[in-house]
Amino acid sequence: MKIKINPDAPAVEVRSLTKVYGSGNTEVVAMKDVTFSVRRGRVAALLGPSGAGKSTLLGAIGLINPPTSGSIAIGGCQVMKDSSPLVDVRAFRRKYLGFAFQKANLIPFLTAVENVQVAMEINNIPPRKARKRAFELLDYLGVGNRADNLPSMLSGGQQQRVAVARALANNPSLILADEPTAALDSYRGRQVMELFRKVAHEQNAGVIVVTHDHRALDVFDEIFEMEDGALRFSNHPTS
Amino acid sequence: MNLAIRDIHHKQSRFLLTALGIGLLLMIVMGMAGIYQGLSEDALSFLECAKADLWIVQKDTRGPFAENSKIPWSLEDRAYALTGVAYARAFVSHTIQREYRGKQMRIVVQGLAWPRDDGSALPLISGRALGQAHYEMIADKSLDLVLGERIPLGKNVYTVVGITTGMVGQSGDGIAFFTISDSLSIQFDIPAESVRLEREARRSRLERQDTGKTQPSLLAKAYGPVSQIPALGTQYVSAIMINVAQGEAPERVAAVIAGWSDVSVYSNEGERELLLMGIERNRKQIGMFSVLLAIISSIIMALILYTLTLDKVHDIAMLKLMGAQNSMIIGLILQQALILGALGYGLAYLFGLWIFPHFPRRVVITNANLIHLAFIVLFISFASSLLGIWKAMRIQPNEILS
Repeated sequence: MKIKINPDAPAVEVRSLTKVYGSGNTEVVAMKDVTFSVRRGRVAALLGPSGAGKSTLLGAIGLINPPTSGSIAIGGCQVMKDSSPLVDVRAFRRKYLGFAFQKANLIPFLTAVENVQVAMEINNIPPRKARKRAFELLDYLGVGNRADNLPSMLSGGQQQRVAVARALANNPSLILADEPTAALDSYRGRQVMELFRKVAHEQNAGVIVVTHDHRALDVFDEIFEMEDGALRFSNHPTS
Repeated sequence: MNLAIRDIHHKQSRFLLTALGIGLLLMIVMGMAGIYQGLSEDALSFLECAKADLWIVQKDTRGPFAENSKIPWSLEDRAYALTGVAYARAFVSHTIQREYRGKQMRIVVQGLAWPRDDGSALPLISGRALGQAHYEMIADKSLDLVLGERIPLGKNVYTVVGITTGMVGQSGDGIAFFTISDSLSIQFDIPAESVRLEREARRSRLERQDTGKTQPSLLAKAYGPVSQIPALGTQYVSAIMINVAQGEAPERVAAVIAGWSDVSVYSNEGERELLLMGIERNRKQIGMFSVLLAIISSIIMALILYTLTLDKVHDIAMLKLMGAQNSMIIGLILQQALILGALGYGLAYLFGLWIFPHFPRRVVITNANLIHLAFIVLFISFASSLLGIWKAMRIQPNEILS
């Protein structure tokens, strides 16, 4: 199926998403009937206690953990219907999705700039062009001066910035971040959250951030809360 | 961007240590092939050097290398008299073990048909060929003798006048060349008391026979050395080497000699085959051991690559999450396997160059062996990467969440 992204469509739109693990007596409903959307240029928080289904939802949207039922559209393109992908998920992730996690998950044998560059080379961008953009992104995120350092030589905050730069490398329609500030102090945590906001607004990407951190909620355009697998409450602080 | 190279660069010392281990293993595989090659070349060294067209040996034997052969020395003249024969030389060879300088020294004593053959065709690296009929010897450098050194063998002392290289017998013992009469003296050296008793017995036998009574001069000689009584004592050699005249077909001469009822004749190629048959078991033994080592190397390499892959589970999951194609991940593991194999191969070669010359027997690494091993290493690298690739293909991108 040919992938067609509509720049005016929501960054992500999920309908009746349900995820069930196991069956019979061991059946666990991790996510039930979740419906929501996030527009491009908006940054959304996904709150909730541990086990609420936040990461399951993020995994489903990120096309790494298919739902049991429901549908997912990214940039107006239907990518998942029930548990069946409608696109080549790896190619789709490569082109249209960016990821950031609690751990930066940088590749330890690549320098900061190479970690960003590799994401573009995977997307068939020529190495020279990829390297130039990688430097630009690191400068944009304030870690340009650490471009040639290995991850082990960077602080947690710097690593997270490199991870964000990597997530932005292919101009994704949607960035998914799973507790990206959990390993950072409150000051650096807030900085990263503000970075997502900046990225969402300036790069016109939708950003969904799973977080426990209630101190930086003012940064988000939209807040969703999950409990027991259901999207119980949503709030739009800026509306 | 080459991820395999970047990863190796990041873990340089670990990778080098691993390559070192693989290199040592491959060096043993290489050495095994070299040992066999050395056995063959050692066995063939004299045959190659002698450049005889035909070998006359005792009837129905596969001598003189594969088994003992004993023919009268006089056959040399008989063969020489044949039409089409340019050169006939007696061949005597036997191994002795004597104590010298407080150590046991094994020498392959080989006779040269002096004065027709003075040893100048041998690969001399210093000194000269034999210059007289007795008491001189040419020694291979593996015997660790020096020019001018005087070696007591039997009742005589022999002076080293020349040093050869690469002249060793089938068992790897260095060859020393003497005139045939000297080599026979060494071979049949017996204690003085035995000589005296034998001479006495000989005289008493002659006295009882008509020959002794009618030929007093023979009776007188009977008490002397056996070599001085040709009518009684025939000297034996192991074989006669024949070189045919230019333009003459060895097959024709061989056909004539084959008609003699007291000897067998072999071409040089035939002798070569007989010699190699003698080390066939060694070849199989070494070959099987080499195969075993190659399998062990594969398993070890596979485990190393599997461990290297396990170390990268998280990174591979991240690459998959970013949308990396399988070819990129397979390439990462395969390239590392090939680099490991190539580095191991290079180290094996370098170690071999350094260590093999110190082995007691020759280890000969030929270009053909090197090419064979290169293909084996290539195969091992591919095969051993399969386990790592299999693991990498099973890694799911969602493992990054764990």
